[in-house]
Amino acid sequence: MTDHIVEINALNFAYNDRPLLRSVDMRIPRGKVIAIMGGSGSGKTTLLRLIGGQLKPRSGAVRVDGKVVHDLDSQGIYQMRRKMGMLFQFGALFTDLSVFDNVAFPLREHTDLPESVIRDLVLLKLNAVGLRGARDLMPAELSGGMARRVALARAVALDPMLIMYDEPFAGLDPISMGVIVNLIRKLNDALGATSIVVTHDVHEAFLFVDYVYFVSAGQVVAEGTPKELNASTMPFVHQFVHGEADGPVPFHFAAPDYRKDMLRGAHV
Amino acid sequence: MFDRLVDTLRGIGHRVVDRVWRLGFAARFFLQSLACSGDSFRRFPLVIKEIYFTGVLSLIIIMVSALFVGMVLGLQGYNTLQKYGSSEAVGVLVALSLVRELGPVVTALLFAGRAGTAITAEIGLMKATEQLSAMEMMAINPIARVVAPRFWAGVISMPLLASLFSLTGVFGGYLVTVQMIGVDEGAFWSQMQAGVDFREDIVNGIIKSMVFGVACTIIALFEGYEAPPTAEGVSRATTRTVVNSSLAVLGLDFVLTSFMIST
Repeated sequence: MTDHIVEINALNFAYNDRPLLRSVDMRIPRGKVIAIMGGSGSGKTTLLRLIGGQLKPRSGAVRVDGKVVHDLDSQGIYQMRRKMGMLFQFGALFTDLSVFDNVAFPLREHTDLPESVIRDLVLLKLNAVGLRGARDLMPAELSGGMARRVALARAVALDPMLIMYDEPFAGLDPISMGVIVNLIRKLNDALGATSIVVTHDVHEAFLFVDYVYFVSAGQVVAEGTPKELNASTMPFVHQFVHGEADGPVPFHFAAPDYRKDMLRGAHV
Repeated sequence: MFDRLVDTLRGIGHRVVDRVWRLGFAARFFLQSLACSGDSFRRFPLVIKEIYFTGVLSLIIIMVSALFVGMVLGLQGYNTLQKYGSSEAVGVLVALSLVRELGPVVTALLFAGRAGTAITAEIGLMKATEQLSAMEMMAINPIARVVAPRFWAGVISMPLLASLFSLTGVFGGYLVTVQMIGVDEGAFWSQMQAGVDFREDIVNGIIKSMVFGVACTIIALFEGYEAPPTAEGVSRATTRTVVNSSLAVLGLDFVLTSFMIST
């Protein structure tokens, strides 16, 4: 068993002919909470989908628990995914099932456990996210933060060794955000799992993650512990961490010279 | 001028190639659904739940439509037949029209509008809200868990709905011609009994409705599964379901009728 649950080597990926990830190298150590940060469209979510085997890289390799994900057949990928949990951006709860049935879904699909045991396990998971009392509600009756917590309970229903979070804080109020931050850390440590959190919320992430990878334009541009990155003088990291409007990531979309552009308008 | 002609031809060619590709994808999707059907039969309650949504909830529209179609057939049939002094044959006319053609075809068209659109919208929205991706990440094949049960529910529901359509239609014809106009009841039923053949008419009608069931359901499922994950994408897919299902049903009806009449 290697020390790293996920190893990404010289990974290149493109959608059709548009390159999205270039020469990405990453090591995700077991038992840690890792953040992958970067602006919108920088390829963070694509990385999660590559780790989950939903996409195939153009070149390079993604190893999960020592196995090259994209070399596995569909049976092998499904076997591997049983050891993974994923929290989608807006929860992706099944809208025709109640909270209880959503959390019970992976247990009923993958195990032959009797209904009484499934009930106990589901209540255990729902209690861990503080929503045991909401078991009979439908997803449409939940707030954004509650839906995310139910989805988290569902993601950990099979006690995965790797939990992936795709923008877990998007659109949440500060209280819900705090709850999710605590849950990610606590669940990771209680299950002895490894967590990968894709986010662009610097301040929340820096509070609880062990290590950070910064991705920009499809490349890893910086990495380190939150403390190291807070002190970083690297222009991109500095701009991102301090939320500055202009810097290596320009405020303006590529455009012709402002003065010339305005004057040209007068001649039309 | 020449350039425009070339562009037009290129556009037509591009569209044709695109349609052929799509047809290929649909065929592959159909085969995948069949290959992943094992679970649907091992866990038949999944199919029963979908039969409720696609079949049982379509009953009202199917039966009300059938009643009116049967009543109109009775009126029109009587009106024409009485000119030739054979108004008692209206029973067989109503029954044959319904069992051979109108039952399977109108049921399929109504099914596409009522259940097909619901299936496309549901699966399209499941895709747009990442529910299908979530299922894949839980190591559950969405084609086996979501598509196949709905497919078999459609295939099972359609012949049952078409049979109920024909039955209700005959009852509608009976109400108008026997109860309202006063055609002899004995003649109405006995001519029908003598004129409708089990193998030639009823079984052929059921075969048609089964084929339409396969076509309408797989079109609805495919359009939903392949819909772009946006509001506009799902709405367009829903429209395509109705248009493609209707065209497929009418085209297949001609092909099937040709085979059935020639044998």
